Amino acid sequence: MLHIEGWKRVVIWATCALGLLFALPNGFYGQVESYNDAQEAGQEATGWPSFLPSGLVNLGLDLRGGAHLLGEVKLEEVYTTRLEGFWPEVRNALRKERATIGAIRQQEGGAGELVVRIGNLAQMDRAIEVVQTLARPVASLTGGMTDDIVVTSRENNLIVTLSEAEQLATDDRTMAQSLEIIRRRVDEAGTREPTIQRQGNDRILIQVPGLGSAQELKDLIGVPALLTFQTVVGRSNNPNGAAGVGNELLPAADRPDLYYILERTPVVTGEELTDAQPSFDQNGRPAVNFRFNTSGARKFGQYTTDHVGDPFAIVLDDEVISAPVIEVPITGGSGIITGNFDVAESTRLATLLRAGSLPASLEFLEERTVGPELGQDSIDAGKIACLVGFAAVLIFMFLSYGTFGIFANIALLINVGLMFGLLSMIGATLTLPGIAGIVLTIGMAVDANVLVFERIREELKTAKGPARAIELGYEKALSAIVDANITTFLTAAILFIMGAGPVKGFAVTLGLGIITSVFTAIFVTRAMVVIWFERRKPKTLEV
Amino acid sequence: MRLRLVKQQTAFDFFDKWKFWLGLSAVLVVLSIASTVVQGLNFGIDFKGGTTIRAESSTPINVAAYRQAIEPLALGDVSIAEVFDPSFRADQNVVQIRIQAQDGQEAVASDLVVQLETALRNIAPDIRFPSVESVGPKVSGELIKSAVLAIIIAIAVVLIYIWLRFEWQFALGAVGALVHDVILTIGIFSALQIKFDLAIIAALLTIVGYSLNDTVVVFDRVRENLRRYKKKDLSDVLNLSINETLSRTVMTSVTTLLALISLFILGGDVIRGFVFAMIWGVIVGTYSSVFVASSTLLRLGVKRDWSKPSNTDGNQFANIDA
Repeated sequence: MLHIEGWKRVVIWATCALGLLFALPNGFYGQVESYNDAQEAGQEATGWPSFLPSGLVNLGLDLRGGAHLLGEVKLEEVYTTRLEGFWPEVRNALRKERATIGAIRQQEGGAGELVVRIGNLAQMDRAIEVVQTLARPVASLTGGMTDDIVVTSRENNLIVTLSEAEQLATDDRTMAQSLEIIRRRVDEAGTREPTIQRQGNDRILIQVPGLGSAQELKDLIGVPALLTFQTVVGRSNNPNGAAGVGNELLPAADRPDLYYILERTPVVTGEELTDAQPSFDQNGRPAVNFRFNTSGARKFGQYTTDHVGDPFAIVLDDEVISAPVIEVPITGGSGIITGNFDVAESTRLATLLRAGSLPASLEFLEERTVGPELGQDSIDAGKIACLVGFAAVLIFMFLSYGTFGIFANIALLINVGLMFGLLSMIGATLTLPGIAGIVLTIGMAVDANVLVFERIREELKTAKGPARAIELGYEKALSAIVDANITTFLTAAILFIMGAGPVKGFAVTLGLGIITSVFTAIFVTRAMVVIWFERRKPKTLEV
Repeated sequence: MRLRLVKQQTAFDFFDKWKFWLGLSAVLVVLSIASTVVQGLNFGIDFKGGTTIRAESSTPINVAAYRQAIEPLALGDVSIAEVFDPSFRADQNVVQIRIQAQDGQEAVASDLVVQLETALRNIAPDIRFPSVESVGPKVSGELIKSAVLAIIIAIAVVLIYIWLRFEWQFALGAVGALVHDVILTIGIFSALQIKFDLAIIAALLTIVGYSLNDTVVVFDRVRENLRRYKKKDLSDVLNLSINETLSRTVMTSVTTLLALISLFILGGDVIRGFVFAMIWGVIVGTYSSVFVASSTLLRLGVKRDWSKPSNTDGNQFANIDA
């Protein structure tokens, strides 16, 4: 019997309605976009009813205009810097043993190694032992703990390198740090919705819509963060208060109404910081460990000896991120910042402290800039092409299948609506090839309907009555529809996995288009045909 | 009165001249490969590395003058081509400049763009660069690798899927048609020296999907008819199946082409190459599912006893009901 159960009808139409509801905001793109912006900024948002969904299809860079950069972080540079910073510690440890191992001297080493010449070669083993005691445990690849450094010897020299586990951990930190710095830099420029992603082991993808050129973006990222340690003169709640000669008034990063009066000349700057790590203080509270290089250590040591009990400010880009009190003189070149933070905050602070400037240089492998006017041209051309192609298909289907053609056309309209609904729901990005994917889907979406209609035509020749023909048409066309669409979907999936950028956008629209077109052909058109058949009860059928 | 592109009942003999069609395909495949080997593909920067700049100016474009202006910069291989599109305004003159990857540089130094702008200012004072793209050799090498891999994986996955759903002869027939389509598409890009970039790979994979779609529909009918007409010759069954599905094949190709052609004419010059590849692919894919896939199937033969429904039976989806 040609029949669809009531609840199934409800589900079918509800799905369509829901999809179209989610697609709706795209019809009022500008309006909804400013509504979303206002909402994100925490302002009173108007211009769009709040009970309606407000998700939009994101426009890719090729449609909106903007800059795209793919950079590679030179991870090995960090190994060398790390070991450089480790040298004072090694030197101090070895000096204590001077009587046995003799004079020591740092040698010029290769990348990623610290080379120390030992006076008394016979005592090399002792020297290695001494340096090895400086090692700190890190989690190894296999899950256990291992040392962060590897100490070996080569000819007359003692060689210190980072262990493999430590290199991996360092790589992760370097990438996190680079991402954090770049994010801060790009956010500062106030552009909307930048994409900053890690890609693979050592790459960073940066996409900033609305930026005029990739060079602008490079300049933005290249600016080093300014980290300083400054003397605190006082606090204030008045943003316009007088700071006094040689002083400056800076806001606290974490409290909106608090301002610090600081001496303008910094005690030490972030350039002299070699490392910062999240850790815990002796009471088990989250804290941040940091370490200066030699000259920074000397300056900081002198300052803290003279100012025990006073607060000093850690300032990043003209904002005071913390103002701890100096509890004991910090002479070893490393120290700990305690404060009122939890683990997440201490991790972030450590990242920010390290984020003084990019930890390693960034080499740009790929850059693309699309001007907004070219993007707009592409959108306009794509829109017209879609409409014309759409109209041509609609007319052609009506001419070929009459009433059934109209059903297929309504289903096609719903199909495009559903596609946009899905794209908005998952926050997909529409690219220029993506528009081509939509146009292609319009052409191919009717395929499932054509398969069914052609089959019904055939069945009409042999079957008993139109109802049976329609039923058989759907039944027999199904395996072809399913096989044909699964194979196409598989290729879309491969495109999605393997493809990059705009090609991925194409794969998304193509894949979603296949899902929606099968749904509309099997369920929506069928529901329409059944309803029509129930009302009209035609004795003969012309498809 | 209904529009009928294909008569209600057709009885073309598609295998009457199978030697001619397979021969034609073989010749085209050989020509495509020869063209690709001899004159190569006009690789875009995605695959070759380098910089593409789209420049726009209100002064009419004189390619020779542009070349002369750029020459002193000593940038190596530079190609300059004017771009035309019906959607351009009267005073909108667009030129595409492609510069080879510079030695020892991953991405272009931005001063190159500045130099270029200064050089071109002399002949076109209001020149603007609406898009600048550059890809370093490291990335382009990886892009080639992943593109080739994507096509191979797609074909392999299809081979396996059809094998599972049908029989191995069908899978070989379908894959034969796919490889045919891919080679012919690459061939025409080589013959006409159309820019071959990442988007064309997407087009190739779409062609794979489309051609397959067509082939599977024909094969599905072949499977059904093999069950129904156990005594008929394989060539008759194939002919009957192609004839029965011909109307659908033509309908779908026409609707897809309608949409694609409108995109080709109106969609702007940026994606024209991409759309061209797909139009060509739809035509070739439709042809190949009839003449290559089915002819291959005919040569390979196929098992005739479909009486026992197996788990590769096509009706396993028929329980899905609305």
